[in-house]
Amino acid sequence: MSMDMLLERARKGDLRATGRLLTLLEGIDSLEALLLLEKITPLTGHAHVIGFTGIPGAGKSTLISAVIGEYRKRGYKVAVIAVDPSSPISSGSLMGDRLRMQAHSVDPGVFIRSLPTRGLKGGISLAGLALMEAFDALGFDKIIVETVGVGQSEVDVMEAVHTLLVVTMPGAGDDIQTLKAGVMEIGDVYVLNKSDKPEASQTWEYLRFSLESGELGRGGGWTPKIVRTSAVMGSGISKLVDVIEEHKKFLMDSGLFGKRLLGRRRLLIKLLASHLANLAVRRSLARTSDAIEFLDKGRYVEVLEKVLQGAINELRYIIEGGRGV
Amino acid sequence: MSSTETSEKTFLFPKERPFKVLVAKLGLDGHDRGAKVVARALKDAGFDVVYTGIRQTPEQVVYAAVQEDVDVIGVSILSGAHIHHVRRLMELLKRMGATDIPVVVGGTIPLVDVEELKKMGVKEVFLPGSSLRQLAEVVRRLAKEKRSREETLT
Repeated sequence: MSMDMLLERARKGDLRATGRLLTLLEGIDSLEALLLLEKITPLTGHAHVIGFTGIPGAGKSTLISAVIGEYRKRGYKVAVIAVDPSSPISSGSLMGDRLRMQAHSVDPGVFIRSLPTRGLKGGISLAGLALMEAFDALGFDKIIVETVGVGQSEVDVMEAVHTLLVVTMPGAGDDIQTLKAGVMEIGDVYVLNKSDKPEASQTWEYLRFSLESGELGRGGGWTPKIVRTSAVMGSGISKLVDVIEEHKKFLMDSGLFGKRLLGRRRLLIKLLASHLANLAVRRSLARTSDAIEFLDKGRYVEVLEKVLQGAINELRYIIEGGRGV
Repeated sequence: MSSTETSEKTFLFPKERPFKVLVAKLGLDGHDRGAKVVARALKDAGFDVVYTGIRQTPEQVVYAAVQEDVDVIGVSILSGAHIHHVRRLMELLKRMGATDIPVVVGGTIPLVDVEELKKMGVKEVFLPGSSLRQLAEVVRRLAKEKRSREETLT
């Protein structure tokens, strides 16, 4: 099937064609995929991208399932990109986010796609960014991105989404944890999930103190909000979606909506470029193994120059290879 | 740069995408230990595994397989309802235009039913006592065959 036909069928809602198109775009470090991305870009720019990040086990997938339900009630088409880690040992993955969302799997207004990180850090994979563009082009109103469970410093996702939710749960540390730099600074909305559990009110106070004691946020004049939910009980979900929509309205009114879209494309280029540069350095290292022997004598500068020169040659090869097709 | 290098359609470092497999429990059967062990074994063998868990309808399995664009579907059934559910699964795959995705079944399947499942189009049936290594090999072969058919199509 030609690329144009595939795209046309996917835009008409053909599930098989959509699945295939996403697979092509997942291979975003190939020239073919980049050209496809260029082709679909004129169709993009409308979708509202919502990120869910937070510690493993906070209930992100279950919460997303509840949020999908609420958005469907309000008449929106929803796509989900669920990222789970790849194994550093086998490079395989066991992706289980979808399991929590299977209630929506046969709804024609919902499309769920699981994605392994393939060794990339930051909570969101390079392929994930390409999939956001694809779902945007295919006319989904809401694109929900679930990052891998993150710790404290995986903040790349902030640049990729319009609205970022940081999900936490009762008992996940004290007020010092909530005051630390990193993930606890980047949310537009903080969600205290599992709020039916003991310690919920204590953790709520820690969160509130952390947000009210400073003026941090992603800028533009938005004051981060906290919402408590229990995804399993179904409580707080409608309130949460109201807050997400309030944030979207703020982005539209302030002109930040379009800026965040550009941010996501900038991140794609940044990650792609560093991915290729990384590979170039690794290849160069393998080729200049003789230079490494100089390290015996402590000649760091000389070795570094050699490795970088080799990497530059590798990168030149990539650039020319790309143009040559 | 030689002509063969410039005609390459990819960047310098094209990496093979791991094979992607769906593992699901079909029907009203909550015994998921076997399915989890299989999912884990496939992950350890380098597959990308999407695990959708227990009590899945044939519809849910087919939609998930197509949305995820998997190379192989693996369903585990210990309830005895395998003939009924798998027949429905194969029908739906046909309706979705997805009969190119190979299906394997595992579980407590009586020997007399194995042939019937295969007649429906099931590629392999794994009975209790099957080896995980052998299972991974079969799944890899089926996935490889599917990918090579795709290449000849495009």
